[in-house]
Amino acid sequence: MSAPDTATRQGTARQGSEIEVNPLRAAIAPRERPARPSAVANAFTFGWRALLKIKHVPEQLFDVTLTPIIFTLMFTYLFGGAIAGDVGTYLQFLLPGILVQTVLIITVYTGFTLNTDITKGVFDRFRSLPVWRPSPVVGALPGDTVRYSLASTITLGLGFLLGFRAGGGIVGVLLGVGLLLVFAFSISWIFTSLGPVMRSPNAVMGTSMMILMPLDLRLQHLRRPVDDAVVPADLGGHQPGERPGHRSTRADGRDGEFLPGRLGAGGLGGDHRDRRARHDAPVPDADLRSVAGRAGVRGS
Amino acid sequence: MTTELAVEALAVEALAVEAHGLVKHFGTTKAVDGIDLAIPTGTVYGVLGPNGAGKTTAVRMLATLLRPDAGTATVLGHDVRHDADAVRGLIGLTGQFSSVDEDLTGTENIVLIARLYGFSRGAARARAAELLSAFELDEAADRPVKTFSGGMHRRIDLAASMVISPRVLFLDEPTTGLDPRSRNQVWDIIRVLVDDGATVLLTTQHLEEADQLADRIAVIDHGKVIAEGTATELKASVGSSSVHLRLADAGQRTLAHQVMSRTLGVPVLLATDTSALSARITSARDAQDLLPQLFDVGVEVAEISLGQPSLDEVFLSLTGHHAEATDDATEEVA
Repeated sequence: MSAPDTATRQGTARQGSEIEVNPLRAAIAPRERPARPSAVANAFTFGWRALLKIKHVPEQLFDVTLTPIIFTLMFTYLFGGAIAGDVGTYLQFLLPGILVQTVLIITVYTGFTLNTDITKGVFDRFRSLPVWRPSPVVGALPGDTVRYSLASTITLGLGFLLGFRAGGGIVGVLLGVGLLLVFAFSISWIFTSLGPVMRSPNAVMGTSMMILMPLDLRLQHLRRPVDDAVVPADLGGHQPGERPGHRSTRADGRDGEFLPGRLGAGGLGGDHRDRRARHDAPVPDADLRSVAGRAGVRGS
Repeated sequence: MTTELAVEALAVEALAVEAHGLVKHFGTTKAVDGIDLAIPTGTVYGVLGPNGAGKTTAVRMLATLLRPDAGTATVLGHDVRHDADAVRGLIGLTGQFSSVDEDLTGTENIVLIARLYGFSRGAARARAAELLSAFELDEAADRPVKTFSGGMHRRIDLAASMVISPRVLFLDEPTTGLDPRSRNQVWDIIRVLVDDGATVLLTTQHLEEADQLADRIAVIDHGKVIAEGTATELKASVGSSSVHLRLADAGQRTLAHQVMSRTLGVPVLLATDTSALSARITSARDAQDLLPQLFDVGVEVAEISLGQPSLDEVFLSLTGHHAEATDDATEEVA
């Protein structure tokens, strides 16, 4: 059981103790240390950890995968007809909004995770290591990218399946999703900064949601696409990422003068298409109507 | 020992940890209120105190997790405030709570730490395998840590602290919540570590633990060191010897208390165990007189022992309250 060569201390080794001393001694003997890694290497290591956590706890992706599906289906088929007159038109309008909304909710995750690490104690370990100080937070970015990208893919995939057609083409969609990622990273810092100061992960979640919900409810995508006047202009929601100044642009769009070349304010190539649909402006290509037809939906 | 060369190269400082007047306040709470410590290299130093005494805060300052409000501290000659990174390269820390990622497997946790220290991918894997096997966790290597038992959990915590064989190891209540067998395993690990020349600072609320492991002990209460020395010194400072009684019937304790006070003429301490009581005596002869007296009034004694005062008694006489009878609600959060 205990090593014979350490009479004094091991002499007191108690019964029931099963740790083999010799391998232990070998394993913890002083050894040469590797050279200190670079800041980037540290951040990558934390990135690896974030991806591992997704691998081990895939449930954490439920809100990334299921929420957009539920929202899209629910709004499209339950309310779509009532709000927009027909489901296809509404989907065209709704989907980019759902996309932004989904990603917006996920931005809370980094702050939540950071706070979990702090409250559980593992963050203390990281801080007691000679690593580049910001690396645990910077390293969270890869995990975030996976979550955002997955959510975008699922939302868009479902949308395409249901008949959504993006006006910007593949390039437009990719650029839109890219813009959405940048936007999500930017927003996520608000909640990440809550991570170290709040008492518990749930407090981070609660506070973040308190900040997000009003933003979220201001999203225009749940509203009736045809008639902006239903909601007073000053209450009128806008897509997150759209600066208030853009509202005037939208007012222009109402007159059918919306600039088609502009990347949609919601960050999607297909967004200007939505606007046209929403304002019942004549759509140059017939695809929207055919889309509605293909989706096999009826107006209410 | 095979490691002597390496130890010589590293152990240039006679004192592994040195602190002068460390102070940390949280709002109006003086968590640590002027602590001095001098921990010789290659020893186990016990910091003993009840919950909320400031143990965790002191350790966090020494491990560079908290900035002291006042005072200085060095670890192997490096200032914790100005040379924090050098300190971090030499220490290992096992916090009071889990300090590994519960979602990751045992192997992944060690690899993660090793990679952060700069091990190559292969070297990190090899180190993980070596440590997990030494800590007898090989079977659990591929299981998420959250499925580990309490004892395994502590061992992976310790293993994660030893990726670089730290020269100074901070263990914050390393055996709290462990069953006796797991606790003995942790004690053995600490002993081996110190045999190899490392210095261990461990905090504990368990007097037995400090008594078993620590070469020197600092008793702290309300953020201050109230006594310091070897376990024997601390006990000697309280009194020469003591008599401990355990009664067959706890209901007779009041009666026994009266008899003991009268016979011995010294204050009698009621232990937290409702059937036990003890008193300091000057010679074993006093105890001889005590037994017939108790017998006469019909007190049934289940157990009687003579010996040095326990650290609990030391604590009681130093602070005026029991070491372990504190409210758990005052647990340190910092």
